Amino acid sequence: MDRRRFIRAGLSIGGAVLAQGGIAEARGPASGKEFAGVLVDTTRCIGCRRCEEACAKANGLPPPNLDDTSVFQGTRTMGTTAWTVVNRYETSRGPVYVKRQCMHCNQPSCTSACLVRAMLKTEEGPVIWRESKCMGCRYCMVSCPFDVPKFEYDRVVPKIQKCNMCFSRLKQGLRPACVEACPMDALMFGTRKAALENAYARIVSKPDRYHEAVYGESEVGGTAWLYLAGVPFDEIGFRTDLGTTAYPEYTKGFQYLVPMIYVLWPTFLMGICSMTRGGQKEERGVGQEAKKQ
Amino acid sequence: MSDARANGATAVPYGPEGRRFASFFLSELKPKGKILTPFNVISAPIILLGLVLIVIRFAKGLATVTNLSQEFPWGLWIGFDVVTGVAFAGGAYVLCFAVYIAGVKIYHPIIRATVLNGFLAYVFYSGALLLDLGRPWNIINPVIGNDFGVSSVLFLVAWSFLLYTIAAFIEFSPAVAEWLGWRRVRHLLTSMTVATVICGITLSTLHQAGLGALFLTAKGKIHPLWYTEFIPILFFVSSILAGLSLVIIEGSISHRVLHNRITPEHSASHDEIVIGLGKGAAISMFVYLALQGLVLVHGRHWNFIATPMGYWYLLEMVGFVAIPMALYIEGVRGRRMRLIMVAAVLTSVGVILNRMNISIIAYRWDAPNHYYPSWMEVAITLAVILGEIWVFRWVVNRMPVLSEPPEWARAEAH
Repeated sequence: MDRRRFIRAGLSIGGAVLAQGGIAEARGPASGKEFAGVLVDTTRCIGCRRCEEACAKANGLPPPNLDDTSVFQGTRTMGTTAWTVVNRYETSRGPVYVKRQCMHCNQPSCTSACLVRAMLKTEEGPVIWRESKCMGCRYCMVSCPFDVPKFEYDRVVPKIQKCNMCFSRLKQGLRPACVEACPMDALMFGTRKAALENAYARIVSKPDRYHEAVYGESEVGGTAWLYLAGVPFDEIGFRTDLGTTAYPEYTKGFQYLVPMIYVLWPTFLMGICSMTRGGQKEERGVGQEAKKQ
Repeated sequence: MSDARANGATAVPYGPEGRRFASFFLSELKPKGKILTPFNVISAPIILLGLVLIVIRFAKGLATVTNLSQEFPWGLWIGFDVVTGVAFAGGAYVLCFAVYIAGVKIYHPIIRATVLNGFLAYVFYSGALLLDLGRPWNIINPVIGNDFGVSSVLFLVAWSFLLYTIAAFIEFSPAVAEWLGWRRVRHLLTSMTVATVICGITLSTLHQAGLGALFLTAKGKIHPLWYTEFIPILFFVSSILAGLSLVIIEGSISHRVLHNRITPEHSASHDEIVIGLGKGAAISMFVYLALQGLVLVHGRHWNFIATPMGYWYLLEMVGFVAIPMALYIEGVRGRRMRLIMVAAVLTSVGVILNRMNISIIAYRWDAPNHYYPSWMEVAITLAVILGEIWVFRWVVNRMPVLSEPPEWARAEAH
C-alpha cells in the first residue's frame, strides 16, 4: 500500500468536510433580509377555522367541514390532508382557540436532519419540502420537536405533507392564505422581527390581556411563527420543555468529531500497525498470516 | 459432503475462459448436501412469505404491511434491522483491528468468516432499509448530489455504510478470487488488504457512533434514562461487545454445523479463540457499564429509577450488561466454554434491548398508542435474517472461508 497516497486521501476527505463548513445551519437569512414571520394572537381567535379552509383551498387539500363543531372535542394534530388545525383548550381564563401549523424554525431540525436537503429553509424564511429530492426516510419526522411533517403511509408514491407558509404566494408578493382569510386579525404577517416587535407592543399596551411571553421567540432557537396568549403556554398545548437551543446544535459536537476521526484514526491505526509488525514487510491478505509462522 | 472441501481447494483450472467459467459457476449455484434439513424446512417458507409481503409492500404502500404511524415514523425495520443489525456486524472491524493492526494471530482462522458475516449484514440491512424508505428510487440522490445534505448525520451514516460495504467486500475478496482461481486478481486484492482494513475501521467507528448520533435530534422524545449526549460513544462501545458476542455465537454454531469445512488448525484453537474473544468482550463490557454509570450520574435521573421505565432500564443494565459481564469473567477464568456462550447470548439480548429501547420502546414511551410491529414486519425481518444465513452458508460451503485456501494461494503467501 502506498501510504503517502493514503494519507493524502485521508486529508483531502477531512479537508472536504471542513471546507463544506455546513455543520451549523444558518442563524439568519444569508441575504441579509429578515425572515418572514407570522404573529398568532390567540386572544383574538374565535375558532371559525376559515384559516383551515383557506389553507386547504390554496394547497389543494380536501376542504374541511366548518360546520362540524365536534372537531373541538379532542385535540387534533396536523395530518397528511390538513396542514393547519385549530384546537380549543379549556383554560383558567375560559376556552382558547389555537391554530397550529409548521413553526418554520430559524434553525430547523428537519432541514439539518435531511440528507438530501429535501427539507429546505429558504432565504425568505419558509421551510419547504422538495419532492424530487426526498427519499422518504422520515428522519425529519423523528427530528422535528413539534411533530410537524406528516407522511403518506397509504400511498405507493408517498409525500411528506406540511405547511410551507404558502411559499409560492409569498413569491408573488401575497400573504399566506390563512392570514388573508382570518376575519379577526388574529394572524399578522410580516418580517419575523416586525412580528416580534408587534407582539411586545401588544403585551406592553395591554398587560392584563396577555401572558408576558412570546412563544417562539427563543424556543428551539426561535421560530418564524410567534404566539401570544392570555394564559401560560402549557395550558394551550405548547411544549414548554423544549429549551432554547436550536436542535441542529445537538449533533454539532459529533459532527465536529468526524473530520478529526477521518484524519487521526488512519494515522493512529497505521502507527499501531507498523509497531506490531516490527518493520517487517507487510503481510498479505486474509487467510495467509497463519501459514507464514 | 466430503468433496465440498476439495472443491474449494482444487478450484477451476487457471484462466477465466468464458464458457468454462459459466459452467463452473452454474455448478456451484446448485445446493450442496441434504436439502430437507430442519433449518431449511423452517426457513424456506418464511423467506417465501417475506418475499410475497415485500411485493405487497411495494404494490400497496407501507401502511398495508407496517404499523408505522405519524407518531412512530421508525419501527422494527429501522430499529432492529438497521440500528441493531449493524451493531452486530461490528465483529468484522473489531477482529480486523486485532488481526491486521494489532497483529494478534490466534483469531486468524475466523477472520474471513467474520468479515463475510459483516459484509452480508451490511448488504442485507441496507436492503431492509430500501423496504422502509417511502421513496426508495431517490436513494441515489445523496450519492449523485441531488443534494448533499452535509449538515445531516444521516448523510454521514449513509456514505459510511456505502463505503464500508465496499471495504468489507475488498477485505473478503481474496477468498472469491481463490474460489474462482483468479491468481492475478487475488494478488492485487490481497495487496489492498491492510489499507482497506484501516479505511474500514475508520468508517465503522464513524457510522457505529453515527447511528447513535441520529437519535440526538430526538431530544424530548426518548426517555431521559436513555437519551444522553453520549449516545454516539455508547453505540460505538456497544458495537464492540455486540460484535464480539455474535462472533462467539456464530463461531460455535459454525464449529458444530460446518465442521467438515473447518481446518484442523482452527478446530484445535477453537477454545483459545473463544476465551480470547470472551476476554475482549468482558473488558469492553466493563467500559460500557462504566460509561452508562457515568451517564446516569451525570444526567441525575435517579428520580426515574423507581418508575416502570426505571425498572425496565435496570433490567437492561443489570440483567443484560452487568450479569453477562460477570459470566464472561467467570467463564474466561475457569475456561468454561458453555458459560462464555451463555454470556454471549445474554450480551446480545442486552444490545438488542438497548437499541430497541432507544429507537422504539423508550421512544415516546408515554404515547397512548405506542407502536408495536405488525406480524408482517416481523416476518419480513425474519426473512431478511434467514436470507443472510442462506447466502452465508452458500458462500462458506464453496469458498475458502473456514477451509484452507487452495495450494497455489498458500504458496504465493510464502
